[in-house]
Amino acid sequence: MSIVAALKFPPIGELLEWKAILFKGSPFAINKIAILSIASAVLTLLFFFVATSKSALVPKGVQNLAESVVDFVRNGIIEQTLGHDGLKYLPFLTSMFCFIFFCNIFEVIPFLQFPATARMAIPIFMAVLVWLIYNIMGMKEQGAWKYFKSQTIPPGVPKALLPLVALIEFVSNFIVRPFSLAVRLFANELAGHLLLVTFATLSATLWTAKPLAVILPLPALMLVLLTGFEVLVAVLQAFIFTILTAVYIGAAVHPEH
Amino acid sequence: MINLLAQTGTAPGEFLDGLKGVGAGLGYGLAAIGPGIGIGLVVGNAIQAMARQPEAAGMVRTTMFLGIAFTEALALIGFVVFILIKFA
Repeated sequence: MSIVAALKFPPIGELLEWKAILFKGSPFAINKIAILSIASAVLTLLFFFVATSKSALVPKGVQNLAESVVDFVRNGIIEQTLGHDGLKYLPFLTSMFCFIFFCNIFEVIPFLQFPATARMAIPIFMAVLVWLIYNIMGMKEQGAWKYFKSQTIPPGVPKALLPLVALIEFVSNFIVRPFSLAVRLFANELAGHLLLVTFATLSATLWTAKPLAVILPLPALMLVLLTGFEVLVAVLQAFIFTILTAVYIGAAVHPEH
Repeated sequence: MINLLAQTGTAPGEFLDGLKGVGAGLGYGLAAIGPGIGIGLVVGNAIQAMARQPEAAGMVRTTMFLGIAFTEALALIGFVVFILIKFA
């Protein structure tokens, strides 16, 4: 139980290396992060099932929340980047937004206190998924050769610079994009977690040393403030991951002329 | 330097670990300079654009977050390098 719930500080070595709970030693070993990521997938499903089970014309409660999330993804992300014919990506982008948000928000939920995206597995998998989707959709819309050409040769480049520019564009569009997409989410969440751990450890140490010392403004107050900041980061990173996905799909489907 | 180390009785391994820590810290600090300036420029110009043309604020905000995300990636790669040097 204490492996899953953050009831006491784990040894500092387990900050980056979580122990398996089930199926120890096999490739299917399940640890806390696996449980959290499964939980956020289930939460996303549950959220939309509950929201759509009794759909009323005038939305209330969960339905209202779900509708505003869908509305946000539609008006704030798709309309801005993909335009009107990008609406067929709405289900994918909305569920991805919710999944990443639930993964991130575990950071500040008491007794869980760990974002599932702070391990490389989830972000890299999502980035590879996005990479596959934008490449496949681009090839489908434009044809494989034309798509490849539009991705590597930007319009209006002088002939002499072409090999260099094509190489840079190739590396940036096919290799750096998924890598930076994954690293951005992973590093933001891990950095946030480390910040919270630092100030929580500091407060706890001060508390055991001298109970009154924890009232000293800095560590405890910073912990509270950073928790609020992490909520913001959780929403922002989900938003950025989703909008970048939309931008990449848009760049693949409608190349600039 | 080596004589000094021998006098204080520091093992060479510890010395190397210390250097590793210094390198990791310096590496992250250096990686944060550029993106710090860059994010400042992005946000500053976005605020200017919003103040000049408030009706375009929504579009500017979206683009601003995109710009921040791209700039920030460099700092975050620095952070990952820090972790790799320190723990791996």
